[in-house]
Amino acid sequence: MIDDTGIAVAFWVIAVTTVVCALMVTAVRNLIHAVLFLTLTFVGVSGIYIVLSADFVAVAQVLIYAGAVAVLLTFAIMLTPGADRLNSETAFQGPAAVLAGLVLAVIVFVTYDTDWQIDEGRVSFAATATALGRAFLGPYVVPFEVASVLLVTAMVGAILLTRDEEEEEGTGA
Amino acid sequence: MPEVLLASVSLEHVLVVGAMLFAIGLYLALGKRNAIAVLMGVELMLNAVNVTLLGFSRFVVSPRPLDGQVFAVFVIVIAAAEAAVALALAVAVYKHRETVNIDEIDLLRW
Amino acid sequence: MRATIITDNWWDIRDLSNLSGAILDVLDDAGAPDWTLYVVSALLGAAGIVAFIGAVAIINIWVERRVVGRMQSRLGPNRLGPFGLLQPVADAIKLMQKEVLQPRTADGLVFSVAPIAFTVPGIVVLAVLPWGRNMTLANLDVGIVFILALSSLGALAVFIGGYGSNNKYALFGAMRVIAMLISYEIPIVLALLGVVLFAGTMNPVDMVLFQENYWMFLVLVQPLPLLIYFISASAELNRTPADIAEAESEIAGGYHVEYSGMKFGLFYAAELINCVAVSAIIATVFLGGWWMYKLDEIVPGWMIFIGKIYAVYFLFVWTRGTLPRFRIDQLLSFAWKWMTPMALVNIMLVAAEILIWKETGWSAGLLFPIYIVVNGALTAGLIVAWVRFMGPKFTRFPDRPRFYTTIDVPSLPAPAPPAA
Repeated sequence: MIDDTGIAVAFWVIAVTTVVCALMVTAVRNLIHAVLFLTLTFVGVSGIYIVLSADFVAVAQVLIYAGAVAVLLTFAIMLTPGADRLNSETAFQGPAAVLAGLVLAVIVFVTYDTDWQIDEGRVSFAATATALGRAFLGPYVVPFEVASVLLVTAMVGAILLTRDEEEEEGTGA
Repeated sequence: MPEVLLASVSLEHVLVVGAMLFAIGLYLALGKRNAIAVLMGVELMLNAVNVTLLGFSRFVVSPRPLDGQVFAVFVIVIAAAEAAVALALAVAVYKHRETVNIDEIDLLRW
Repeated sequence: MRATIITDNWWDIRDLSNLSGAILDVLDDAGAPDWTLYVVSALLGAAGIVAFIGAVAIINIWVERRVVGRMQSRLGPNRLGPFGLLQPVADAIKLMQKEVLQPRTADGLVFSVAPIAFTVPGIVVLAVLPWGRNMTLANLDVGIVFILALSSLGALAVFIGGYGSNNKYALFGAMRVIAMLISYEIPIVLALLGVVLFAGTMNPVDMVLFQENYWMFLVLVQPLPLLIYFISASAELNRTPADIAEAESEIAGGYHVEYSGMKFGLFYAAELINCVAVSAIIATVFLGGWWMYKLDEIVPGWMIFIGKIYAVYFLFVWTRGTLPRFRIDQLLSFAWKWMTPMALVNIMLVAAEILIWKETGWSAGLLFPIYIVVNGALTAGLIVAWVRFMGPKFTRFPDRPRFYTTIDVPSLPAPAPPAA
């Protein structure tokens, strides 16, 4: 329970902005505008991370999501020029909205019904980068290595999927 | 809501915000026609999950409270890799079919 | 007679936090709540940085045009005021009174937001860098990653500008330059990672304190990351030799072809501000920031910092005035085949050196001179070897050119007789 007024105001402003931007992603009629609102959502979520005292994860979120995944989405939209860019919904949108509402209701009910074991004496974390580094090379070293193999696999797979069939010789630097 | 809203931040507030983002991402993933919009919904859902993970890491009793942040970093890594592969798939499908409309990519349906 | 210890008096400008501290004390005695003091101190720091940025945007226009002009054996602006010093004022007035044209089919909000989105990361970067011993606006423990995140946001701003113009050439220029920007992000991250490994901290404040503690600039032990960061950052800033984005002679201005008036002025100023931000990062991380071998006890630390910023900025202007422009495929292959492998080799080297230092426990005074020599030799050797094995083949002593006196022209077949 964070009691500081300034942090609480900041959290609510950032949370409302994030949710409004996420709603705008569904509502705008232009796919590029949707990507831009999604980027704003990512930056807002990074703000929520800072309130939750996760500084390294917040900066990594901006670096990876707003800096790379958003550019990826933009490139994919630009590489598919014939697709419709009107951000239109399928016929399934009514049931999808009902399902999303139901999921939200269930999660909110469970959240307020569960008896969480809150650690009352916890203050914000100190510098998390060092501790995260120790955790990655200590107890979590195997998932860390597997994640790096996964990234290499994803890169190779993405290159293979989009490669032209005829091989052309590139020029040297 | 049992607490006064504006004066404090507690675990329930963070979880509700995460749930709202998850629901919006679910609507995007299920209800949009363009495959890239579906992928945007998936990324939003992963972000919502990260928010709840970090909320737990900050508030809940735990022997190693930083495990939530470790898990969140792994989720970010996997989300980035999955975004790359999914978008490569979308572009490859577009090359063959001239469309990324998920209503029209139905060759494998029974 | 010379007071060398920085005092706590409010008029001691060697530490500007005394001034803000005095203002905050006055407010605190008047009974303001805590969060008001926090907001006021943040605003004071931000006002200082914005004042610096305003002065920079004006002065650097003159510096660029005059210095580039003198380097290219021409005069540069010399009509307005002594040495053309009032030229930036004339530029600003011209841009402000121009009509801001916006194409009717351009995307209104996106078109207007792009220059702002391009400028803001450059200004925010200056908030995490230390301007003096107690003068940091935001003492972040993850400052270096924050800086990297901001520079990766600039790529998206370029796309917003190119797309919002609704112009084929603008979009084409924007996509080309995004490919270049994301390619050069990796050498930037790896180069800064080498320095972070050496200093053991990601906080720019602690990096300057590390350099003060061990009495050396980090550029001495890490010359290769400075080189890689300098070249990659000049590509990230869209400066010559890597300014294909705005190559006026190639694609009519690239992503800012449709901008006119003060929006174009903001793009132009944003380029200068981003260049100053990168110079500030180099000055902090590699060149010691506000610390200068005890000179900072006489001269204010922030003046030393600004001096170092302008020294590095002069290097940027020097390369702009001298080097020709590269093609996009040359730039991309340079990033992937030259910068990234060298940065990776450098990281392995730095990790080995730090491991030796920490494990054996020998003092830094013994090991650091050895590291300086070894790193310098390895940098030179790496560059020479890379050029030798991966560069284009050239003859060291080419034969002098000579005219051909006879040329073998293959004879054409006899023309077909016209149809009867």
